[in-house]
Amino acid sequence: MAQPEFEEVVEDFAFLDDWEDRYRLVIEMGRDMEPLDEALKVPATKVDGCASQVWLHPRIEAGRFHFRGDSDAMIVRGLIAVLRKLYDGLPLGEVAKVDARAELGRLGLNDHLSAQRSNGLRAMIERIRTQAVEAA
Amino acid sequence: MYDVHEIRKDFPILSRQVNGKPLVYLDNGASAQKPQVVIDAVTRAYAEEYSNVHRGLHYLSNLATEKYEGVRGTIARFLGVADEEQIILNSGTTEGINMVAYGWAMPRMEAGDEIVLSVMEHHANIVPWHFLRERQGVQLKWVDVDSRGALDPQAVIDAIGPKTKLVAITHLSNVLGTVVDVKSIIDGAHAKGVPVLVDGSQAAVHMPLDLDALNPDFYAITGHKLYGPSGSGAIFVHRDRLAEMQPFMGGGDMIREVHKDQVIYNDAPMKFEAGTPGIVQTIGLGVALDYMMGLGMENIAAHEAVLRDYTRKRLDGLNWLSVQGTTDDKAAIFSFTMNGAAHAHDISTILDKKGVAVRAGQHCVGPLMDHMGVAATCRASFGLYNTEDEVDVLIDALELAHDLFG
Repeated sequence: MAQPEFEEVVEDFAFLDDWEDRYRLVIEMGRDMEPLDEALKVPATKVDGCASQVWLHPRIEAGRFHFRGDSDAMIVRGLIAVLRKLYDGLPLGEVAKVDARAELGRLGLNDHLSAQRSNGLRAMIERIRTQAVEAA
Repeated sequence: MYDVHEIRKDFPILSRQVNGKPLVYLDNGASAQKPQVVIDAVTRAYAEEYSNVHRGLHYLSNLATEKYEGVRGTIARFLGVADEEQIILNSGTTEGINMVAYGWAMPRMEAGDEIVLSVMEHHANIVPWHFLRERQGVQLKWVDVDSRGALDPQAVIDAIGPKTKLVAITHLSNVLGTVVDVKSIIDGAHAKGVPVLVDGSQAAVHMPLDLDALNPDFYAITGHKLYGPSGSGAIFVHRDRLAEMQPFMGGGDMIREVHKDQVIYNDAPMKFEAGTPGIVQTIGLGVALDYMMGLGMENIAAHEAVLRDYTRKRLDGLNWLSVQGTTDDKAAIFSFTMNGAAHAHDISTILDKKGVAVRAGQHCVGPLMDHMGVAATCRASFGLYNTEDEVDVLIDALELAHDLFG
């Protein structure tokens, strides 16, 4: 089960029926997201397998999974913002239970999830799941 | 009369849609689409003419050998080479340049020797020379391009010192579209007794060639950019260099006799063609080159010059876009970045949604990216079948991207 905030995102997307508007919203979410400190953009936080540069920085607090992220590509930043709505604040044990493909499908963004896509969304989700499992 | 709309009908893939939009294929610099005659030739080769080459005495082996060997002559004609024994068939430019690195350069270079390169070389014309740097202490000397992306041939010639053993240079930049005056470089290098390898991957696609007049020592081409199958290609090696070159790969075809204590090599060019080659790919390449020569390389060049001028004019109208590579006589290859926060991948994602295929990234030219101070660019590279209407689609898609990201 994803975070309640994610349901709000789903509602926002529900009104948008063409891809331009969905992209516009994703990009806007990326713009509104606080950037990651430059000091945290290090090899340890860098996610491989992305065509652009992507960093994810996890933080475990009181058994819950939190993370911040950033990218030099605006669409990817937006996708990170979406992932934060999906995962940030979940109990550690819940993270791996989220069906990311299905949830993102509800936003009409699942075309980003095919293996050939080089934006690294799959790699980011994999990193998040691994970090949560390792911390549990 | 060059009727691009008729020519487009020769390329079945151009009539398909992507993301619900008509395909606008502007990634020809990475690989070109194939005309039906090439697709048919490949199918027919497997369906009716296939066997291994140079081996059997049976009917099909003779037929396949005849078809395959005929391509050597086609490539020679395409390149303007009278003596087709200077043409070595291979899988493409990367193999060709590696063959020269291993077979010609490695045995004759030692620590402190130099290879002169430009900063706009493709990795295929960089990494094999790094092998010599790493393994033998060979020095790489880099020649810069100016702010327009032009390469001064005299700067290349001036970089040649007493220890320089080779100049390795592109004829046409895959990112900037810059056409290099390789004739001046070859003449200048030869006056100093230094051979020149030319990476012709891009140039061969866009302009008529006369290698006998140009007189390079090595000239590498790749089939998949020439509207032929992937895994096909060739390298021209001048007779004098052929005599100096050692075989790069050993195996079947390149030998005459093999004994426990001795091996006698075949004569060039087969000496440099080990193993079962890309038989069908090569046959397909021959058909692709015949197709291009049928259209006429001058006509293709003229058509692409019109596309270049129109694209340049339209891109110049977008004041939020920076184009890298602005020489007057460049090829119809446009690399660009959007001023502001949008990444090349952001832009290409939006273009893709509009059916426009471009390349985004580093384009296998790390040193050039460093030189230009950009992390990644988008590149629209045109081919013989592109139209001005497609340029308009590109511009509309770019305006949408600017609206989304700007």
